[in-house]
Amino acid sequence: MAPETKEIEKDIEGYLARHERKELVRFVTVGSVDDGKSTLIGRLLHDSVGIYEDQMAAVKKASTKTDEEIDFSLFTDGLKAEREQGITIDVAYRYFSTETRKFIIADTPGHVQYTRNMATGASTADVAIILLDSRLGVLPQSRRHAYIASMLGIGQLIVAVNKMDLVDYAEGIFDKYRMEFGAFVSRLKFAGVHYLPISAKKGDNVVTRSAKTPWYAGGTLLELLETVPVARDRTAEALRYPVQSVIRPHLDYRGFAGQLASGVVRKGETVVILPSGKKSVVKSIDTHDGSLESAFAPQSVTLRLEDEVDVSRGDMIVRDGDLPRVARRFDAMMVWLSERAFDPQRALLLKHTARVVPARVERVQHRIDLETLDHAPSPGLVLNDIARVTLRCNRPIFCDAYDANRVTGAFILIDALSNDTVAAGMILAAESGDAGASGGEARGPVTAEERRERLGQSGAVLFVGEGHALGKQVERILFGQGLVAMSVDASELSEEGLREVAARCASLGIAVIVSGARDETMTAIAEKVGSGAVARREASAPAEELARALGSLCLGSTA
Amino acid sequence: MSLPSFRLTHLRQLEAETIHIIREVAAEFQNPVMLYSIGKDSACMVRLAQKAFSPASLPFSLLHIDTTWKFRDMYTFRDRFVAENKLELRTYTNAEGVKQNINPFDHTSQKYTTIMKTQALLQALRAGGYDAAFGGARRDEEKSRAKERVYSFRDAEGQWDPKNQRPELWNLYNGRIDAGESIRVFPLSNWTELDVWQYIWLEGIPIVPLYFAANRPVVNRGGTLVMVDDDRMRLRPGEVPEHKMVRFRTLGCYPLSGAVESTATTLPEIIKEMLLAKSSERQGRLIDHDEEGSMELKKREGYF
Ligand SMILES: Nc1nc2c(ncn2[C@@H]2O[C@H](COP(=O)(O)OP(=O)(O)O)[C@@H](O)[C@H]2O)c(=O)[nH]1
Repeated sequence: MAPETKEIEKDIEGYLARHERKELVRFVTVGSVDDGKSTLIGRLLHDSVGIYEDQMAAVKKASTKTDEEIDFSLFTDGLKAEREQGITIDVAYRYFSTETRKFIIADTPGHVQYTRNMATGASTADVAIILLDSRLGVLPQSRRHAYIASMLGIGQLIVAVNKMDLVDYAEGIFDKYRMEFGAFVSRLKFAGVHYLPISAKKGDNVVTRSAKTPWYAGGTLLELLETVPVARDRTAEALRYPVQSVIRPHLDYRGFAGQLASGVVRKGETVVILPSGKKSVVKSIDTHDGSLESAFAPQSVTLRLEDEVDVSRGDMIVRDGDLPRVARRFDAMMVWLSERAFDPQRALLLKHTARVVPARVERVQHRIDLETLDHAPSPGLVLNDIARVTLRCNRPIFCDAYDANRVTGAFILIDALSNDTVAAGMILAAESGDAGASGGEARGPVTAEERRERLGQSGAVLFVGEGHALGKQVERILFGQGLVAMSVDASELSEEGLREVAARCASLGIAVIVSGARDETMTAIAEKVGSGAVARREASAPAEELARALGSLCLGSTA
Repeated sequence: MSLPSFRLTHLRQLEAETIHIIREVAAEFQNPVMLYSIGKDSACMVRLAQKAFSPASLPFSLLHIDTTWKFRDMYTFRDRFVAENKLELRTYTNAEGVKQNINPFDHTSQKYTTIMKTQALLQALRAGGYDAAFGGARRDEEKSRAKERVYSFRDAEGQWDPKNQRPELWNLYNGRIDAGESIRVFPLSNWTELDVWQYIWLEGIPIVPLYFAANRPVVNRGGTLVMVDDDRMRLRPGEVPEHKMVRFRTLGCYPLSGAVESTATTLPEIIKEMLLAKSSERQGRLIDHDEEGSMELKKREGYF
């Protein structure tokens, strides 16, 4: 703070004018337990902006260490229970700023299993700082952290080799790690990778250059943070304007409030509204402080259109010729965030921009083995798993690949029953043969496999005793879960008709509930459909249980 | 000047993000309310809410939890502010607490806060049937807030469980709750004290005059300057109020708010003092002092 102090005293208004115009930069710090993250952050906060005296006093009071040195890690430790356990267990956010930038640090403490926290902190970050312990070097978890950072779309990676004081600031050690890690991260998607030797505890190369590393020509960590390019120029990208709400103070005003996810919108230009596909012209771009000629990401504004088109929350305003994917079914990389393992039968909601739609994980293609970063077979998904999945939504979303757009490429999954956020996903670019998007490439008769792909379920039949009302109830539950289901009662059709309809529909991939059929009819249908795809239940069973039984028959082979 | 024209400054980016949050809550909840404490953070938050829905008026009302012990200047400011801005204000006081004469003199700050603030807040939220309540807290205020989510989930008792908070990724907030449950929303989470002051300066947002230095009657209690704001103030034997140039860095109940000696009578001067100060903002709040991690205890009980 010292050099600034004078200036603040001399010319506070000049200082304010400059500090109004900083750039916002978010970074995430990652590393394993004891690599020195807390110490590093404490050091950054302390050396760059100054820590208040009362905070310093509190730290001194809480510090159990007896040596003279201040334990910088205590500046950042948070919740009491965690302090008592001696660990931190979540993501904590810290703030500091310099002349040119305001920084938001997502501090994600390292455990063996902490993919979830790291993904959370990394989701909004521009830069990741990975710490290596100079005595331990590149560990499997270092690679894992780099992989997750890259998957979450962070462009800039800083690899800080910490505790250099413990290895006599040896250049050879630093170089060895740089080569080793460099070989690995070159396979990932970072736009820039930077290495630097530091000691968080002693302060070398954190805020001030160290005399102990004359062989190191680069800048300090803070210099790097101040200059690293983070301008993901979202204005050069396609226009994506998810509508959050309709603002309607009186009959003469109807505005669509939202925050630009990417691109620029200009007054007078023609736009397309999804999902209707209707076109209109931007009549005005309104803000509380007046109307604008143009607005750009990530501004929050209100758009008015020339025509009385129907627009509501969850719709998206885009530009013709530069449309997003309109998809009900897509592949994504997904991180499972819940303590409760993935269960294909639980109803899920997908939140994407301002849109919430019922959705289903149709298929878990493979898991990423975080030890080897190879694909692994996936019997299921548990907390901290990363997997490639196929998702299916009840209604389309308007999306882009996450690699191209971090806003319209991201979604979360919410358990409709517990309301928990159970997964976070990054949409992958559409593949050729994406049945959900266009289809129509293949010729010849449609195969059962293609139907299964399209519907995301295979056909099955559930027999219940008397009770058409019950059948309808089961149909409703399955429908709510996003399955295609129908219920039919023996009284509606002839014996033969029933046999034919049930078997045909099942072969088309539909979940069929048959009530009131006679034994011979059931046997005949089962023969046609195959015994693996039929189940029989008493009509006294609750509808939920019946739905579950039929649902698992339909999804069993795909989920 | 230094940023290209299609780049937002950090304050405008924070503004855009906060507006997005406020709009999400208004769209996804049945009955939100905005906690209004009359302080500078509330002033900032209300301005951002106005921006979110302009030219329409706010789709929710403001709620002031009134302990009856706020500074007189705060009440004056509040009433004028809501009238001028045509805002709907509801106030709530824990009537039972008033009946039992719970006050900051006879009771410990902890007991007083629990009854007149925490319980009052929970009662008010229940009485109003609110499923979402905006608060102006920031993550930089206090260590245990650093981990607070933007959407802070509360169970049917209004309690906060640090182990049971939902992960928050990107700007995708999960606002699903069951009946009786609610969330507290902190749209200023990523703002720092300096950001708030700069925004007030930039936008010309009106704030309570107590933030500016003036000659005020105070008594010195163990190093803390307490203002004698009305005749309910109980002077201890030998205490004689003296006039000093003081101002307040945070506003609350006057007997519990420590003043600082200052000559700052303009916003830039206040900001200058803040930047050069050696103690953090919360120090003026007497309620935090008793115990390490005390804020976290209060939060678990339902304090904001
Ligand atoms: N010698 C040395 N010790 C360090 C350095 N950085 C951190 N430490 C120590 O390593 C231990 C773990 O540090 P901490 O910051 O708590 O690690 P975290 O678990 O990653 O947050 C503490 O005892 C620190 O004092 C360093 O640069 N040099």
